[in-house]
Amino acid sequence: MTAPTPRLVFRLTLLGVVAVIVQVAAVGQLEIFGADADLVPLVVASAGFLCGSLTGAVYGFAVGLFLDIALVQTMGVSSLLELTVGYGAGRVRELRDPQGALVPVALGAGATAVAAIGFSLIQFLLGADAPVSWILVSDILITILINAAIAIPVYAVVRRWLTPALPDDPRRRRRRAYTTGGLSPLSRS
Amino acid sequence: MYDRKTVRRRRAVLGLLVAGALILLTAYFGESAGGGLHSVQRGVFSIVSPIQDGASRALKPIRDAVGWVGDTFSAKGQLADLRKQRDQLRQNVASGEEALRENARLQGLLNLDTTLNLKQYSPVSARVIGVSPTVWFATVNIDSGTGDGVRTDMPVINDAGLVGKVSVAASDAAKVSLITDSSVQVSVRVAQSGVSGLVQASVGNPDDLLMRYTSKRDRVLPGQRVVTAGTTSSRLESPYPPGILVGTVTHVDDAGTDAQVVHVVPAADMHRLEFVQVLTRKLNGNRP
Repeated sequence: MTAPTPRLVFRLTLLGVVAVIVQVAAVGQLEIFGADADLVPLVVASAGFLCGSLTGAVYGFAVGLFLDIALVQTMGVSSLLELTVGYGAGRVRELRDPQGALVPVALGAGATAVAAIGFSLIQFLLGADAPVSWILVSDILITILINAAIAIPVYAVVRRWLTPALPDDPRRRRRRAYTTGGLSPLSRS
Repeated sequence: MYDRKTVRRRRAVLGLLVAGALILLTAYFGESAGGGLHSVQRGVFSIVSPIQDGASRALKPIRDAVGWVGDTFSAKGQLADLRKQRDQLRQNVASGEEALRENARLQGLLNLDTTLNLKQYSPVSARVIGVSPTVWFATVNIDSGTGDGVRTDMPVINDAGLVGKVSVAASDAAKVSLITDSSVQVSVRVAQSGVSGLVQASVGNPDDLLMRYTSKRDRVLPGQRVVTAGTTSSRLESPYPPGILVGTVTHVDDAGTDAQVVHVVPAADMHRLEFVQVLTRKLNGNRP
């Protein structure tokens, strides 16, 4: 776990600003089966997964704060939730290092569930005076499903954007070495 | 895998961030609308809103394209229902026309201007530039603010009916809490019978509002129109002028009891808000 470089910080900042603006100005206005996609937890989870838990937590806090400001809503709510998402995604990578094509789907669904359910719970704790129905539950479930469906392309875009600024990870270095023949055990035989 | 120093540092940063978020949340929730954090938020919002405005305009073709696909599927599903409704409406038109003629005669006799004449409320037109993604906060951001005369608590309408009220006003942008937001309550009456009540959101369902606080003697029927009641108490002034269409009654739960809940479908389509009007002038304290 190394400190993020200025290049990575710049790329993360730009990614966060663009994600929040696109979410607020466009994606939030596109309804699919009565619910919207939410890009923000997907982007934060992807960044946390690629950059580590500490960077993910700080990034989630910052993006959440920007989202709260852009939407003029209670400050601190999204920060708390997104930092949980970023940290959690980073820890998943650090502890389990899951492999497989469907990892972003599970990651996106989990991140969205934390963000959406957490948001509702905080609203209850803050005393929102509103009747809650199954429609609320179904909205949250639909959002999780939509986000799971778009998680793979979002993760691919985030990875493509951040990879040039990330420190070379051992697995990628090893894979590259094998394909060029230099360090492969097979090449020595 | 990691040394103790790294683990300690990670936990310390995480603790600081969580504490920071909780302090921010508590401070923001506890302070008044004119407090420091609210002011900072409004300041940053003023800077961000032109970017939102530009992004909203730039991304409009994409929104329209996706909306068109959704509308096509939705339209096919609605076709059969609409054909039935068309036949029913054809029958209603004949009786409606007669009622209209009678109404016009009565208006002439009484010399009453029953139209709302919204111009007297000095409406300010605004474009929707952002939408909240959560089911809890049904809010939109608009590109008019205090510089255009928009202030907090001013009512917001569109061509169909009541949309909501301004909850935060920055210099050149504002946040509008829709009537489908859990924080908004509107004093209303049923246009046909005068039954009064309070309309609030059904969280997560922008196509349904709940009208409460009617009495068991109040008979409300599906199809009746619900309009704003305006100020009905001398102690509590309503932000909404009287007579603005809120929606139409769809059904009533527990009818004939004190706990009856009237379900109202909003007149304004909250899914497709593009232009709205803020009523910047209040007349006669919004009394009917």
